Amino acid sequence: MKWLTLFLSGLLFALGLGIAGMTQPEKVIAFLDITGNWDPSLMFVMGGAVGVNILLYRLTSRRPCPVYSTQFTHPRHRKITVRLIIGAAIFGAGWGLAGYCPGPALVSTASAAIPVFVFILAMLAGMLLFRITQAGHEDDDVDNISAEK
Amino acid sequence: MENFTPVASTIGGIMIGLAVAGLYFFNGRILGISNITSELLKGGGSKHRIWRLVFLAGLICGGLILMAWRPEAIGTSPTSLGGLALAGLLVGFGASLGRGCTSGHGICGMSRLSIRSISATLTFMATGMLTVYIVRHVIGGAA
Repeated sequence: MKWLTLFLSGLLFALGLGIAGMTQPEKVIAFLDITGNWDPSLMFVMGGAVGVNILLYRLTSRRPCPVYSTQFTHPRHRKITVRLIIGAAIFGAGWGLAGYCPGPALVSTASAAIPVFVFILAMLAGMLLFRITQAGHEDDDVDNISAEK
Repeated sequence: MENFTPVASTIGGIMIGLAVAGLYFFNGRILGISNITSELLKGGGSKHRIWRLVFLAGLICGGLILMAWRPEAIGTSPTSLGGLALAGLLVGFGASLGRGCTSGHGICGMSRLSIRSISATLTFMATGMLTVYIVRHVIGGAA
């Protein structure tokens, strides 16, 4: 059952992205194009997703632990850092340029179209580049975080 | 605004929210695609890899269902292959440095009202809008 819940989370996430319009780079770019023919649909995607989660996150957090694990994982860092802001700024530039972010791009590989694979391979290269340049600074990964609750 | 789809986008958003909530409720995991992907690039024990692989298998199956059920849901980018390669590098490097992407910061973190995630989300939305402005209206290539 544990594996089924993991699989179904991925499946539901992908279907949600598809129905929401997130797997259409033109639509994502149209959302970011506030001075052009603006399409505010993505505000509704975020509203729906965050709205559901604000409620369910609070309810789930009352449990001592998840159903199939001994602890909840939490990001350890609390402060706004220069790395966070620069990283997010670089990420946003790539997102705006392609209209893809990681989730929708991975879902779109199902189309077997070459361009999305170019994006994915470059994204993996970017992650590896970060890993190479940041060797020794990997102290804040999610897996290293102890349970806070 | 002729392509405005508030109803479908809200329904899709709720499904995304339920997927995020389900992963947290059942497995205690944060649904951040960039983290799930970059952790798989690390070597190390299979214990930390297998849940990510099962999740990603579900994600890809979702993509295949979309292709069979409504293929128009999976679009193509207007950007050239060179542009996509540059964009991919920026997305991969930026998400690693910023410790999250649209899912981890934009949905999970925002839902926890994390000040870090709210700051990151506002930042990448701003630079995304700036990039589209430059590409579409200053250079004017893709428009």
